[in-house]
Amino acid sequence: MSATEIVPPRAQSRQRRVIGLIRALMKRPRSAFGMVVIVLMVGAAVFAPLIMPHDPFEQSFDGLSMVGAPLPPGGDFILGTDLLGRDLASRLIFGTRTSLIIGVLANGIAILLGAGVGITAGYFGGWIAAVLMRFTDLMMAFPALLLAIVLAAIFQPSLLIVALVIAMVNWVQMARVIYTETRSLAERDFIQVQRALGAGHLRILLRHLLPHLLSSIVVFGTLGISTTVLLEATLSFLGVGVQPPTPSWGNIIFENQTYFSTAPWLVFFPGLAIVLLALAFNLVGDALRDILDPTLKGRH
Amino acid sequence: MSQPVLTVRDLSVQVATPSGAQTVLDRLGFDLHAGETLCLAGESGSGKSMTALAIMGLLPKPMCRIAGGSIKLGETELVGLADAQYRRIRTERIAMIFQEPMTSLNPLMTVRQQLVEALLQHDACSHAEAPRRALQLLRDVQLTEPERRLKQYPHELSGGMRQRVMIAIALACDPEVLIADEPTTALDVTVQAEILDLIRKLQRDHGTAVLMITHDMGVVAEMADRVVILRHGQEMESAPVRDLFAAPQSDYARELLAAVPRLGTAPPRREKPAAEPVLEVEGLTVRFPIRGGVLNRVQAQVHAVENVSFQIGAGETLALVGESGCGKSTIGKALLGLAPWTGSVKVASQQTQGLGPAAMKPVRRVIQMVFQDPGASLDARMTVGEQVAEPLQIHSLASGSELSDRVAHLFRRVGLSPDMMARFPHEFSGGQRQRINIARALSLSPRLIVADESVSALDVSVQAQVLDLLQEIQDEDGLAFLFISHDMAVVEQVADRVMVMRLGQVVEEGRRDAVLRDPRHAYTRRLLSAVPQPDPTRPRPDRIETEALGSPVYPVGQRPELLRLTEVAKGHFAAE
Repeated sequence: MSATEIVPPRAQSRQRRVIGLIRALMKRPRSAFGMVVIVLMVGAAVFAPLIMPHDPFEQSFDGLSMVGAPLPPGGDFILGTDLLGRDLASRLIFGTRTSLIIGVLANGIAILLGAGVGITAGYFGGWIAAVLMRFTDLMMAFPALLLAIVLAAIFQPSLLIVALVIAMVNWVQMARVIYTETRSLAERDFIQVQRALGAGHLRILLRHLLPHLLSSIVVFGTLGISTTVLLEATLSFLGVGVQPPTPSWGNIIFENQTYFSTAPWLVFFPGLAIVLLALAFNLVGDALRDILDPTLKGRH
Repeated sequence: MSQPVLTVRDLSVQVATPSGAQTVLDRLGFDLHAGETLCLAGESGSGKSMTALAIMGLLPKPMCRIAGGSIKLGETELVGLADAQYRRIRTERIAMIFQEPMTSLNPLMTVRQQLVEALLQHDACSHAEAPRRALQLLRDVQLTEPERRLKQYPHELSGGMRQRVMIAIALACDPEVLIADEPTTALDVTVQAEILDLIRKLQRDHGTAVLMITHDMGVVAEMADRVVILRHGQEMESAPVRDLFAAPQSDYARELLAAVPRLGTAPPRREKPAAEPVLEVEGLTVRFPIRGGVLNRVQAQVHAVENVSFQIGAGETLALVGESGCGKSTIGKALLGLAPWTGSVKVASQQTQGLGPAAMKPVRRVIQMVFQDPGASLDARMTVGEQVAEPLQIHSLASGSELSDRVAHLFRRVGLSPDMMARFPHEFSGGQRQRINIARALSLSPRLIVADESVSALDVSVQAQVLDLLQEIQDEDGLAFLFISHDMAVVEQVADRVMVMRLGQVVEEGRRDAVLRDPRHAYTRRLLSAVPQPDPTRPRPDRIETEALGSPVYPVGQRPELLRLTEVAKGHFAAE
């Protein structure tokens, strides 16, 4: 057990806690890999104009073969070109912006909303739970895609709106899971003790319930990232998501999926990017859950 | 002497832990003869359950393994036996009953299905004969209305009935050895007495050898022919039961027996001058609605507590006893506003009826609670120091360095070192955790502590220490206790007054000696006679016939007949 492994509460300032947490994450090979991937992707998104080998929107003349087919990876275009002769590598790098924003923003909103609804309903119970959970059921029963299309059609499609639409669809599962878990936690003795001590609702919710729910939130949250990116792709494909020619990993796949047998790289590389992103968040999330659980201290 | 049925020699079991293999059972050896009862006794972590699992070949794989030794059933060596052969031996030759009968039975199968399955799986009888045999087995375990029970599901049965069904299944193939792992620990004393009686009777009739695993020295004294005392996986002492209790040879056995609370041996309580009451309860009633039907309307009510009145003076301990479901814990919860109640509750002369959360806050500084499960009542994700400090923060009583000084003081107060403040709950033993809970309850300097089965989950030696701590705190601070417990021997040690509850109502109340030594109500007498005594020479008292306990559930509009307490002696009240 080392002192940095677990963050002793209160004794340290918030800043030192964060540093301790990052150190603990970097000490485990798996989460370190995830951290590196995330940092690289964020870097790619921020510095996209500087590192892109070509203009992602330019349909370059030598980007197509003599018969007009896209070029396979290699040569001037490292990852090949797409059907319009645009450089795939540049489009992927530029698409990182869209996909990261969607993945993190949409998923973040979904987590906050879902966990918020779940924990509130689970803790207070009674009519509050009845209203919130019936609403959740209603959202669940509504076909997600249809809802997304309707919402996206009402608002003008933009990155933020797409993120909001996806969040509106995705928070439901999280709410259900957190609700069930909060209900059983709220009956446990240590919560009863807090009530007996006269602790306020906010203190019980944030200081005692939330830490115990963190592992579920982390697991569901990281799983949500890949579904979010894919949902964005679906929306883009249907024309209500990110508007072409702006690239996103999802819409690159959808643009090109019919050519999978002749130009597999057009689907493979964006697919790989999505998998990497989801995996990275998943690894970090898993590690985070273990680090934050004091009973597992020193087991890794 | 005859050939032993079961011979265990040099049995060692190892468990894989993060820090390498740990020996949890170290060269244990014993013989078990037909018709004999051997008790494996010891505190938690002594390896007694491991022994049972090793014999059954049910050690959790791959964490546990038998590191050496032999287990012989008659001529068959069980260590290293192939799984397929082991399956035949289980139930056919060795059967086991577990502590928790509800989780050991399949909730989706009727009693008949489970019995028939056990019979057919081991070819104990033909398909056609099975239902008849199942019924016979239920008769053997003296289950009331056996025909009806066959069609029922486990949740429709009481804890005692379920354990009888478990015993019936275990006996389906008439095994040579019956292993009973804490078979009565989860049951009420009166039910425990019946089940122990039943095991004794079945053993007489069938000549089964019984290996009984228990932590309760009272059960040991009632059941055992011979005893093996275990501690940390090692045999401390092995002796016939009478010799052990009369003259224990090892230091550990002596300590263990000395720590066991014995009913009827507690020293007299110091007479306390009548003090002003800290708590006055008048007509406390708690009802929980049962909803159902299409409109989800209240169809019936559980009358958990019905018209209960009592007082507790400063520095006094009132013990609330009764069996599970009698409403004793509900009273504790109601007093702290954790259950909805009606009636009148005055805490330090202040009426708390109808107070909102804000108005209740000062009341909580007067009355605090310590729960049964020391682990579950601490937040696993916070350091214990933070948790003890929390009440002081909630009530804005201290902050900064004053806060940490007060917490350190509280730690010393309950016999813990302030260095431990930065640790997490899982780093402590059960007894230490309960001390932390007590420290947390004391942090607000309350005048009354509701102790809800606060020592029930602890080993006897630790239990004695925690009881001493509570007594010490009472002597120094004049704290009053509402001590809720099912354990009569513990109650006798701590209580000034005793109140006996049954089905939500008080049946008897009075000074400790009056109630425990001169019980007037039939239920109190039954309760007292059922307590197993750690004295193997004591003749077993005749059991007062079992009676149906009844149910506290009534349809809306109906209510139980209120019992009227009459004064049978000065300060001693009993229902008619």
